[in-house]
Amino acid sequence: MDSLINRSRPPVFCPGCTHERVVHALDQTLSRMGLAANRVAIVSDIGCSGLFDTFFNTHAMHGLHGRALTYATGLKMANPGLTVIVTMGDGGLGIGGAHLLAACRRNLDLTLLVLNNFNFGMTGGQSSATTPSDALAASGFLNRLEKPLDVCRLVAAAGAPYAARCSGLDKGLAQEIERAVAFEGFAVLDIWGVCTGRYTKRNRLTPAMIRETIDSMPGGGGAIRENQRPEYAAGYAAARAALAPPQPPVEIKARFKPLVRGRHEVVLMGAAGQRIITAGEILAMAAMGAGLQATQKNEYNITVLRGPSISEVIVADAKIGYTGMETPDIILALAQEGVDRRRRSFANLPPGSLVLCAADVALPDCRAQIRRIDFKKRGIRPADRALASLAMLAASQRIVSTPMLMAALKQRFHGQVLASARKTVQRAVER
Amino acid sequence: MPATFMEGNEAIARGALAAGCRFFAGYPITPATTIFQTMLALLPPAGGVCLQGEDEIASIGFCLGASMAGFKAMTATSGPGISLYSEQISFAIGSEIPVVIVDVQRLGPSTGSATRGADGDIQFLRWGNSGGLPVIVLAPVDVRDCFELTMRAFNLAESYRCPVFIASNKEIGMTRESVSLNALPRPAVIDRKAFSGTDRFLPFAADATRKVPGFLPIGGDIPVRQTSSTHGPDGYITTDPDEIAAVQTRLDQKLKASIRRFSYWAQYGPDTAETLIITYGISGRAAKSALARCHRAGAKSVALLVLKTLWPVPADLICNKSANANRILVVEMNLGQYVREIRRLLPDRQVEFIGQMNGRLIHPETIERAVCHG
Repeated sequence: MDSLINRSRPPVFCPGCTHERVVHALDQTLSRMGLAANRVAIVSDIGCSGLFDTFFNTHAMHGLHGRALTYATGLKMANPGLTVIVTMGDGGLGIGGAHLLAACRRNLDLTLLVLNNFNFGMTGGQSSATTPSDALAASGFLNRLEKPLDVCRLVAAAGAPYAARCSGLDKGLAQEIERAVAFEGFAVLDIWGVCTGRYTKRNRLTPAMIRETIDSMPGGGGAIRENQRPEYAAGYAAARAALAPPQPPVEIKARFKPLVRGRHEVVLMGAAGQRIITAGEILAMAAMGAGLQATQKNEYNITVLRGPSISEVIVADAKIGYTGMETPDIILALAQEGVDRRRRSFANLPPGSLVLCAADVALPDCRAQIRRIDFKKRGIRPADRALASLAMLAASQRIVSTPMLMAALKQRFHGQVLASARKTVQRAVER
Repeated sequence: MPATFMEGNEAIARGALAAGCRFFAGYPITPATTIFQTMLALLPPAGGVCLQGEDEIASIGFCLGASMAGFKAMTATSGPGISLYSEQISFAIGSEIPVVIVDVQRLGPSTGSATRGADGDIQFLRWGNSGGLPVIVLAPVDVRDCFELTMRAFNLAESYRCPVFIASNKEIGMTRESVSLNALPRPAVIDRKAFSGTDRFLPFAADATRKVPGFLPIGGDIPVRQTSSTHGPDGYITTDPDEIAAVQTRLDQKLKASIRRFSYWAQYGPDTAETLIITYGISGRAAKSALARCHRAGAKSVALLVLKTLWPVPADLICNKSANANRILVVEMNLGQYVREIRRLLPDRQVEFIGQMNGRLIHPETIERAVCHG
């Protein structure tokens, strides 16, 4: 296979920079593996490693600092057959830390080449996540206070199935890269090198020193036995193939004659856990069964199972404009939390409006007709209060009728849940 | 006609599928989460990919990668996520990567209120990128718009190779509404135009009239270069001032010069009205109720313009629709953002502002009072 080097754009690295050796080693690897230019995408990060894509004739994507793995993930998931190689420096590794960890956990078949030269070369030699604490960098004393990251240990802990460490100055570089690219899964190759423009101007770092340090470090030998598992895209395809097609949305036909004309507003004021929102939905569906339009707007705290839960339902015989409350016709006051949250709503209730109020709820003064209900006495649990009050409304032909409500229950629930909902309705209207 | 009871977020997801979306990535955030949940339920069984990113930056990054591989892609978030998207939005603008971005706005600033609505990101969506080049922002009013405008957003992203925002709001996204699926408008689906020349493929070469480069996917037969760096037509870094200027001008003009083709709006009331209410998004519903109240109260010379394309500013539309009005009321769920554009376009007119940022919808009565007694 021919070289994939871009002849019209020769590498422009500083004299002696390890990056240039990596460019040629990567080219040798791709040629040896017989990969054609259009079967390879090089996704490059920012900094000197971000120049890599321009030196090859392959597909290329160069984006923002630390984000190369994000583009590579999208590319590979869309086109799993493509060989995707990410080049990133120790800078990108630091700023893109969350993406690195997630890529390790995910195990998508990408190759990450970390061009690790222990500093931010392009911006003037500032310290990076891998700068030794005793090195002289352009960040003054700051790197002395921090511990450098061991890339291989990090990615192994995060679940990468392959992590290798090598010197960019060794003869076997192309073979090291080939092993990483050939690995089926997320493979990280931590390539140590010298930044002649910045780092080695103030710090002594020879090929022998790099080799010696690498040899003395644990890990970084390639495949990590305990992290071996199926590759992500293959796993995704298998999981996807096993999915049943989604259920189409429930469609409600108008089977009943509507009981009301114009616009009517119902507010359910309760507490989290009282199935307020489900009841609001049932009310809307019951009205839709009579060909009416409906909207439902809810208010609750972001905590689950605590605090107020409020549902505002509007039914109308024409398209509904404003989705907030103008003049509620009916308030279902089912828990103190809900009523307290909406105290202001009571002041302007017109005399014709109705409040169905649980016996244990204190109401603010209002001009509405108030119907007190002792749910406990009727054997209705707090979680069933909302549905029970809908049953009471329906029994007195307010907004919806009992057949409309029962039809909505049948569309919304099945099996045990439906049976229990029907029982609640029955219990609510028993004398 | 049978109806379903659906929230705006679900309608956006269904609109995306109808438009040919094959890739979605998102990170959970109230009030946008149900878009992710719906995409997860619908997209993989249909052969597409739905991912949960490790954060918002990754989610949109995945989308940009997938889009460059030729997939129609969408992501969805709220204000805090848009903040994190910023650098990737700039990439999508400058490097002409089609993507649909849904912002289900919530009350800010910052993390603000997760379950309270607002339209506080309207200028942020326009200007929250480095370089300041234009974007397209569409604003739905209801569930029906969520479906239709999402389809249109994909068509625009593909046609113009750019990010297209849907500026939704908690009050639309998480409000359910009866809607007939069969009656939803379904615009014809448009796919991005492939490069078809016989010359060497240059990834950013565009003809002078269309101003949009032909697309080839990364991973296809011909190697494709994509870069966030300042580039010429060949996709390599350039320092040539003329080449740089030509690309920047093209990116600016490809959207601004075509705004008339995608100026979406709705108008209610007489063309000749002396008072014109201008609004967008969820407030369009209150304004419509307010308009009916005004007409009932005898104030007949009032009309309403609901803008559904906010950016680029549909200047001709706004000027034409307000030609007969001597008084303009701009209604927004913020403390005054789009009103700046209206004042800029109509310096000789009395432009009043009605807005609030308290987590509550603007009430029709507030608008009616301002129109009739303001």
